[in-house]
Parts: sequence; structure tokens; C-alpha cells
Amino acid sequence: MSGSRLSVEEMRNRHKILAEFAYETGEVERGYTNRTLHVNLSDRTIVSKPVTEEMKEVFVGGRGFGLWYLWHAVTPETKWNDPENEIIFSAGPIGGITQYPGSGKTLVVSLSPTTGIVIDSNVGGYFGPLLKFAGWDALEVQGKADRDVVVFIDGNTGRVTLEEAPAEDVDAHLISEQLTDMYADSPEAKRDISVVSAGRGAEHGLIGCLNVSFYDVRRGAPRVKQAGRGGIGTVFRDKKIKGIVVKFSGVRGDTNHPADLERITRAGVRLHREIHDNDHLQCHMRTVGTAHLVEIMNDYDLLPVHNYKFGSHPDAGKISSPVWKKLFTQGIPDGCWYGCTLACSHAIDGFRPRTGPYKGQKIIVDGPEYETVGGVGSNCGIFDPNDVAELNFYCDTYGIDTISWGTSVAFVMECFEAGILTQEITGGIEANFGNSDASLEFLHQLARGEGFGVVVGQGVRRMKKRFAEEYGGDPQFLNDIGMECKGLEYSQYISKESLAQQGGFGLTNKGPQHDEAWLIFMDMVNNQIPTFEDKAEALHYFPLFRTWFGLNGLCKLPWNDIEPPNNAETDEPAKVPEHVQNYVDLFSGVTGREVTKEDLISMSEGVYNFQRVFNLRMGAGRRMHDDIPYRSAGPVTTEEYESRSERYDKQLRKKVGVDPEGKSTEEKVRILREYRVDQYEKLRDAVYKRRGWTPDGVPTLDTLKRFKVDFPEVVEVVTPHL
Amino acid sequence: MRVLMPDNDLCRGVRACMVACSEYLFKEENPAKSAIRVEGSPAGPFKIHVCNQCGECIAVCPTEALSRDKAGVVRIDGGKCVGCLSCVGFCPYAVMFTHPDYTEPFKCVACGSCVKACPNGALLLEKVAG
Repeated sequence: MSGSRLSVEEMRNRHKILAEFAYETGEVERGYTNRTLHVNLSDRTIVSKPVTEEMKEVFVGGRGFGLWYLWHAVTPETKWNDPENEIIFSAGPIGGITQYPGSGKTLVVSLSPTTGIVIDSNVGGYFGPLLKFAGWDALEVQGKADRDVVVFIDGNTGRVTLEEAPAEDVDAHLISEQLTDMYADSPEAKRDISVVSAGRGAEHGLIGCLNVSFYDVRRGAPRVKQAGRGGIGTVFRDKKIKGIVVKFSGVRGDTNHPADLERITRAGVRLHREIHDNDHLQCHMRTVGTAHLVEIMNDYDLLPVHNYKFGSHPDAGKISSPVWKKLFTQGIPDGCWYGCTLACSHAIDGFRPRTGPYKGQKIIVDGPEYETVGGVGSNCGIFDPNDVAELNFYCDTYGIDTISWGTSVAFVMECFEAGILTQEITGGIEANFGNSDASLEFLHQLARGEGFGVVVGQGVRRMKKRFAEEYGGDPQFLNDIGMECKGLEYSQYISKESLAQQGGFGLTNKGPQHDEAWLIFMDMVNNQIPTFEDKAEALHYFPLFRTWFGLNGLCKLPWNDIEPPNNAETDEPAKVPEHVQNYVDLFSGVTGREVTKEDLISMSEGVYNFQRVFNLRMGAGRRMHDDIPYRSAGPVTTEEYESRSERYDKQLRKKVGVDPEGKSTEEKVRILREYRVDQYEKLRDAVYKRRGWTPDGVPTLDTLKRFKVDFPEVVEVVTPHL
Repeated sequence: MRVLMPDNDLCRGVRACMVACSEYLFKEENPAKSAIRVEGSPAGPFKIHVCNQCGECIAVCPTEALSRDKAGVVRIDGGKCVGCLSCVGFCPYAVMFTHPDYTEPFKCVACGSCVKACPNGALLLEKVAG
């Protein structure tokens, strides 16, 4: 492997221990250790903090704990690169059980470099569960180191060290292996290690991601999952963290000491059987993972193509799941935590990149996932699977979010084709749609910290400003086609034809990502939410239900990427009621707290409203901050209109009551735009009302009280806006 | 490989096998801790459920806790097992078992205790190819 020539032992010898903390290892009690770890890199202090009963009741865990701690760490003036910004890692009470698929997620919270408000990210790999079993319901990392450091948590001996780490590589695929080898007690014990890392790209761009590892025993190598959205990798490297390592040996089915193990066991075996019997008839997760979505999205005209201009492409077949099925090594249990039989974390083994510092070397590509195929692939007009795989690999190892990279490059490509950017500006690179060499070269430039690639790595919001101010781009046009909201780049779905999904992207807390709401099928395909009130109801329930996974350390895919065969006959198939009941069983089984399906929603509603007020506190929690770029709601250009003219003309006739006959495309674009913008306003009104917010999108005191988040500091933020 | 071969036609539902099995595996006479199960009402007919060492569970285990021993019998390495129960859910014959007293599952290890216990000769331990 290219990279450091030192052996792992030599690298470790160059460590210097800067701070040390010994603790009693203890036991987990019904999903909680009841303490969290706080590491301050600036003053090199490491302390233990207690978890209160109120925290558990109101914030539950995971993202909830992250939000609570971050609120207290920062002020409204705090910027992402101020030392008081924190990165907080937390599993959640259910996190770490082994019996139920998708129970090993880690929630990561920080202030985002691109949005300035909170980002929370949900990532696989072993870190969260091992952190909890090591003794900690959460880890806060605050301050900034003055040199590259590794934080090591030894959960078996009860020791935390802050270590100067000058010799390790920064890129994820190298450092994950180096630190796994370095800290594992033996080769057989490598699966007891999880490493958090970023990469060199995260040092120069704002769209950095975190990589979280787990050791793949069959491949004999670490694998990485991503906490992708919001730029947390950038915060990580800004704090001069090279890696955070946790070690815990002794994971068993009851390490969480659940209240009712049998209840969990029954739910787990039930779901394993369901997956065994039905996955090959449904989503094919065990063979192709989320990439099964590529052809489905393409068929429904929802696959992002050319910066979200279009929803399908004749070459989509080249990057559809049959292609990935052949490239992914089959027959390996590809779960990213023990017991996930949905097993969607596939990889391409023995891949040799054709560009960059690792050209020609055999590496493992972790993925691609659907979002990566859509983002760095179709959205950029790139349909070569090998190039998609290579972009996936380099984004991961450089610590760059593939979703933000794809959307940012797609934006650059459209600006280039529109003449706003020229080869002079791009340093000679022809950034046309389809030019994978351009995307790869920009990525390598970003990793090196030189060239136009660094501009791309600042993300869409900053590029819009720069392209208007420095290159004379029309600000209105740039605003229309620059697919970001609140500063976060859109994830890879065409929301143009689904008002519900426009809200699903725009009316989120953290920005347009697929964590909170994915309503396209309910809306467009199944027509289950026809009225504004129906949509508002869906935009109340689903973001809250999906938030719940982030409080408990769970993955959403086993909820609805596998369904019981009789699900269509239930009252509300989109909710997958039998699985909701499974989650009730898991929560009660672990914590001993009896809950109902409705309780899952109210658990989330407090956290969700708290996060909205936190946004407000940081300057972006009002109606205007939920404005969306018009490309996400309708055709910006005549080219787009004409690509779907039949559909749009029909809508003008039926919905707007205007006869398209004899009108120029420009005029039709304008009329449709007026209608769609108005529709989004009406949706906003309905959604805010349903959520218990004012027409300006601010949670009312009544709402805050109902969900027990009316803390004095919260009321203080909200009151001037009521 | 060594494998248990049940003959349903000879089974009379005595269930001495289940007692012998739990005794061997767990030092307890407890049918709920048996790796062989006899299905059927008092009058019959009876169906014997027990592992045939097909090995489909081996590929599903995330920690490689399942492997064949020298006799070809599929064994669980308790030190590696994390109790995820993927094998339980994926067993095509539902003969990987769980019991609330344990986080790890258990299965037939082709020890022959049940063969000795059966009064009707419904069970045989055989060496087969594969």
C-alpha cells in the first residue's frame, strides 16, 4: 500500500501520550452505562459526566444526547471551527444488541461547516456499540489539538489516552488498517476495534465526512461506513484528530443487560426469517444492497441526471444493480454490525484505481450505495461503473461525502456548460457532464489542497456566491440550479414532481437529506397523500418516526427495505406496522420501559423540536430558511420543461387552469413556476401548523411544553419570535 | 460426515431422545433444551426435526463461529459466537435452537445419545459422504 513506509510498531513508537484517564469499566444497565466521556483536545483534559434520568426521558440517547451536549457546548456565535464546537458520538439504548438487524449504528452530531447549524449523521460500523460497551453512552470531543492526535479508548482495561500520532497516514483506508493492527490485542481480536477517521480531502474542503470502521473477518481487512452529511470530517481534521479508536472484547447477545432478552430474541429471529424468505423477492439487499434502487428510480423518472435536470437516462443500465451484483463479492455476510442479515454493506474486492496516489494498487471499494451511484454517477452524467467505483473509493479515503461531492460537481458541470465557468477558471479541465476524469482530477486536487478542486470542495452554497461575485454568473440562475438548502447539498432524488418530497427535503431540520423523509412513492406512485393535510400528516409522522432510529442507535433499512409478505393488506402499509411493533418490543425489551407505537413518536417530537429551536439559536430556524432552490420544485429552463412537456402541459391544463396552447415554453415555465412556488407555500403553512409551529416556522411554547423541552434556555431563544 | 438420520415411520412419539439430548448438552432433563424435536399428537403421525449438517448456516455467521469439525459435523465456537441468531433465522429446517437461559444458540452435534435412548430404533447415526 502506498503511504507511510513505517511498520505499525514503528508508528506506535512515535506516539507520545499527552493525557491519560483511568476508569472502572462497569456494566451496561438496560441499554445505558449512565455516563459519558468528555475529551478536551485544547487543555488535554478527559472527564466522565453522568447521564441524568431527565436526559434519558427527554433525549433518549444517540442524536438526542448529541444535541443536548452540543447546545451546552456552544454559543449562538460559535462557528464550526471554533474550539468549543464538539463532535459527539453516541449509540443509543438499543444500540449494540446483536439479535435484530440494523442495531449497531452510531449517531454523530456537530456544527456543520456548510450550514452553520447542527448536523446529525447516522453511520454503521462498530464504533457506537463498542463505545457503549467500553463504558460510555456518548463521547464528546471538544477543543483543538496543537498536533495530530489519536484518541484511544480501551474498554477492557478502562483506559483512555490522548496520543500524539505523527506517523500514521491520514487517508481512511490506510489509517483504518494501521490503527486496527496497532491497537488489537491479537489478529483474532481485530473485530474488537473500531476506528473513526476522515482523510486528506477533509483538510481542504468543507464537505468532509467521517469514516467508521468494522473489521471484516472473512476479507481480513477493515471496512468503512460513512457519517457522510454536513462536513463533520472537516471539523474532525480541523481539530487535528487523525483517528479515534475504541476497543472492546466480549460482545455477547446480552451485553446491554436488557430487561427482557426473550422479547428481543423473538423479534430478531422473526426478522431474520422474514429476510431469509423475502429479501430475494423484494429489494435484493443481500446481493446488491441499496444499489437496487438505481433502475427503480430510473424507471420512475426520479434518478438525478445532469444536476437534477432530468430523471432518467438511456445509459442508466450501465450503473444499475445487475452490474453491481457482478462486481460485489457475493456470499459474504455483509452486515455492518453483528446480526444484520439485511447485509447490505457490499464491497468490490481487488479493485485497482486508474488515477491518483493509489493508482494500480489493489483496494476494497466500500460500496457503492445508491446515493453514491446517483451522486457521483448519473447526476454528473457519468455511467461507467468503474469510474463510479473509483470516485466512491477516493471520496471515502479522502474523507469526502459522496452525496455532497456528486451534487457539487454536477453544479460545476452545469455552470461550465452554461459558460459561467471556463477552462481558464477550472485550470484547463473541461468540466462537462460525463467527464469522469474531471470529477476525479478535482477530487485529487482537493486532497492535495490545490487547484479548482478546492473550490468544488467548499460546497454548493459557497460556490453560488463565488460564481456570482467573481465570475459574473447570474445570481438568480445560480440560486435556481444550485441544489442546496440551508447550506447542505441535496441527496439523490428528483423531488420536482412530488410536492411532499419537496417538503421532505426543504422542511427538515438539518438540510435536504434522506434521513428525515422519503415520501416520493407514497406521494407520486401510490397517491396516498393527495391533500395538503395528508402531506402535512406524512411530514409530521415520518420525520419523527425516522428520527427515532437516531435516538436509539438503529438503522432504518430493516424497517422498510424488507416487509412482511402481508404488509400490503395492513391499514397503513407505508408505516410497516408489524415492524413498528418490533421496535416497540426492542425498546421495551432493552430498557424495561413499556411503550406504545405512539410513544415512539412523542419520544422523537421533543428532540425534533429542540433541534428546530437550536437551529433558531444558531440563526437559521425560521420560514425563510426552509426556502428551496426552484430546480427542486420544477423546471428552471426551457430544456427541462421540454423534456417533460406532456406532463407539464397537462398540469397547466388540469391543475393551474391555463391552456398551454400557443404559449412559448418560457411563458409556460413562468406560469408553472408561479403555481409550484405557491403550492410549496401552502404546504409549508399546513406542515408548520401540524407540527405546532407558528407560520414563521417557530415551535410554540405550547408545543415545547407538551414535549418537555421547554427548558428556560429554549424558551429564551423562542420568545422573541413568537 | 457423521449425521443423525431420523426415520419418522418408526417414531412413536416417546420423546426419550429429547430428554437424552438436553441431558448431554446441558446436564438437564429439559425438552426445551433439546436439539432434537418430535412433532406430532399422541396418536401420531410423528415428525422428527434435527440438524442434517447441511452447513447453510456457516456462510451466514458474521464471526465465523460456525464450522465443520473433523467428522463433518457443524459446530458452534462459543468463544466467537455473539448471539446474533442469524443462523437460527436462516436455518432451512428450523433446527438451530434458542433457549432464554442462553444468548448463544445450540444444535445437534451428532453425539448419538438420542440413538441409544430411542426404544423404537427411529434414530441412526450414519457416516455419509460430503
